[in-house]
Amino acid sequence: MDLINAVIVLLNYTIIPALTYGSQLALGAIFVTLIYGILRFANFATGDMMSFGTMFAVLLTYYFQSIGISFGFLPTALLTIPFAIFMMILYMLLIDQTVFKYYRIKKSPPVQLAMVSVGVMFVTQAVIRIIIGPTDRRFLDGEKFILKATEFKEMTGLAEGLTIKSTQMITIVITIIVVAIMFWFLNKTKTGTSMRAYSDNEDLALLSGIDPKKVVLITWIIAGILATIGGILYGLDKSYRPFVYFNNMLPIFAAAIVGGIGNPYGAFFGGYVIAFAEIFLTYAYKRFLVYILPESLEPNSLMQLLSTDYKFAISFSILVIVLIFRPSGIFEGKRI
Amino acid sequence: MRNYLNIIVAYSIMMLLIILVGIFQSWSIALTIFNYCMISAVMTLGANIQWGYAGLINFGIMGYTALGGLAVVLVSVAPVPEAWSVGGVNMMTCLGIIIIMIFSTRYILKNIQKSKKRNYLIAGIIIVGLILIKIIAGPAIEQIEAVDPAKTGFLGGLGLPVLFSWIVGGLFAAGLAFIVGKVALGLRADYLAIATLLIAEIVVSIIKHEDWLARGVKNVIGLKRPAPYEIDLQTSPWFINLVEKFHSAKLNLANSLSERQDILNQLVIDASSVYVKLCFAGMFLVVVIILLIITQKALYSPWGRMMRAIRDNEEAASAMGKNVVKQHLFIFILGSAIVGIAGAMMVTNDGLFTPGSYRPMRYTFVIWVMVIVGGTGNNFGAILGGFVVWFLWVEAAPIALFFINLFTAHLPETNEIKIHLINSAPYFRFLLVGIGLLLIMRFRPQGIIPEKIIKQ
Repeated sequence: MDLINAVIVLLNYTIIPALTYGSQLALGAIFVTLIYGILRFANFATGDMMSFGTMFAVLLTYYFQSIGISFGFLPTALLTIPFAIFMMILYMLLIDQTVFKYYRIKKSPPVQLAMVSVGVMFVTQAVIRIIIGPTDRRFLDGEKFILKATEFKEMTGLAEGLTIKSTQMITIVITIIVVAIMFWFLNKTKTGTSMRAYSDNEDLALLSGIDPKKVVLITWIIAGILATIGGILYGLDKSYRPFVYFNNMLPIFAAAIVGGIGNPYGAFFGGYVIAFAEIFLTYAYKRFLVYILPESLEPNSLMQLLSTDYKFAISFSILVIVLIFRPSGIFEGKRI
Repeated sequence: MRNYLNIIVAYSIMMLLIILVGIFQSWSIALTIFNYCMISAVMTLGANIQWGYAGLINFGIMGYTALGGLAVVLVSVAPVPEAWSVGGVNMMTCLGIIIIMIFSTRYILKNIQKSKKRNYLIAGIIIVGLILIKIIAGPAIEQIEAVDPAKTGFLGGLGLPVLFSWIVGGLFAAGLAFIVGKVALGLRADYLAIATLLIAEIVVSIIKHEDWLARGVKNVIGLKRPAPYEIDLQTSPWFINLVEKFHSAKLNLANSLSERQDILNQLVIDASSVYVKLCFAGMFLVVVIILLIITQKALYSPWGRMMRAIRDNEEAASAMGKNVVKQHLFIFILGSAIVGIAGAMMVTNDGLFTPGSYRPMRYTFVIWVMVIVGGTGNNFGAILGGFVVWFLWVEAAPIALFFINLFTAHLPETNEIKIHLINSAPYFRFLLVGIGLLLIMRFRPQGIIPEKIIKQ
């Protein structure tokens, strides 16, 4: 019985939150990796692009709520995803045409493109703040919990309760669906294969008749879908605040590089590596150990490896360690 | 002389703008902007050494700035004896353990051949060391932080003069740059950018959350100043006399003696703040000029030519027998040290250390915009970039407000769009800086004052 209780504690406080957070990171990391692999630059506007898509979802959610449309027990924001994605893709294509295209055609070095993306980051932040303001916004409605701790306790008779928030379930399910479709697209369809070919060797891909314009267009569309969905899921789970989204760019980068940048599978995996490391290293294991250990060995302290303040620092330290020992990432990514 | 014409023109325009702020807003604001421009200029000089001379991209400027600020606290604040007596020994032991860890790791790296065994040994040393530190430091930190937490709760500094901390700030930053350089300099440019950015985040989060070191997010206020305090000036007779002489015409217009006294008091208060800022401006100007002379000399020395050669073609320079790795590390340390000095200057100017305010937007990306806008590889350009971008960053809100009012003049005061736009005026600075960067990158990628190579 104690063992089951211990497992429930772990599930409740570490594994489910880590899976949720990891899914959000994974979507962002695949976005970074796709841009890096196909358009060949580190996109510093990542966080703000995700925020831009989410902004539309927030505004549309408010609008839908005001005219009385709802999605039953699911959050209204899910209904707004297609519209938000559409606006996001429009914005990305606009940015691409006005800004990135020039440097791509000129074949500028990646550093210059990264610098340009810093400019895009500034502009996007300004646009977001001017439209929606910098404040914290919650836009979650519908059922908050799928499983409440008290219900679970009654159901099973255990001492520990298991809580599953609806946002956690939604995040995990949607991520699995989106990522599955995306991998199917990249591996099985002709367009997906041509994108991978373009990413591996641009010249050879051009020789074999792949249209670079189409590849770039499709990349931005996929990027728009991933960025918007990732952003909305994060916003539903926590809350929407432009500054936080900008900061999220850093663990997302860490996830993409840890997994091996340019490699979508790596990025997907990297998101979970970062999330699990962050949560497992900052969790206070006292409650878990109380169940597992005999009474004489019960710990006095919280048994926390690092304080939760260092959450971000952990993901960055993992990145540094990976960069030192395996610079191309856990999965083989692009050569550095 | 003709070579320098564009530089002189650009700088004159910049000075004119600051003087205009002085006339239309107030001299105190103008001097604040000027001082911050100067601090930004030092930061850009540092970043320009790395990017312009050597082509190394360092997005970790925030971390070095924060370390420079930390140096001010650790050097100038008076020590807290109670905290030292309860936890000093333990903290010093931990410092000793860290030093032992470093040296034993170095010893292993030197004397054992590259193998799995070596990796395990190093990992073992680090893990054992960290556990020891956790056991020894844990209770000590709690005790230190319990010492009068509202006011101190940290070890305090050395109580030395604050100007000394500018050098220490440079040294701290150089130390960090050495570690970062050893870890990350082999990476390709955009990886280097990300790695340095993330390492800077780690540094800032340590400063933020280790309260025993510099109070963390509780901030350290009331730092020492190398300039006189306003309050002292307002009560010292020589200063009041000076203000009286300076404004005698205005004072003579006063009708009665009491009115004259009121005007004089107000003038003294204004003048004291201007005087203090002028003192800072003078000190910063000295630093900027010294750094400018050194960097200018270095740029046109054989060493500068070698750096440019390495930047433009690493393989060729390496084939000519130049040690690229070593030079990269050296210039990375040098540039970071200058940024560290700027960080210390900034905290000295503010008189307070607020670790929570170190954010990548303000301390990394804006500085980079300065470097690119000003002109990479040209020190005069870098300084100008610091001035122009900081000026825009500060004055963007008033400028935006002016234009919003201009374009929405026909709308009533209660119009929602107008109110919303006026409320969001502060965010136009992001727009202005971002569009400025994009335009410069597109139409003048070499910057306002481009790099100049003197042919001999």
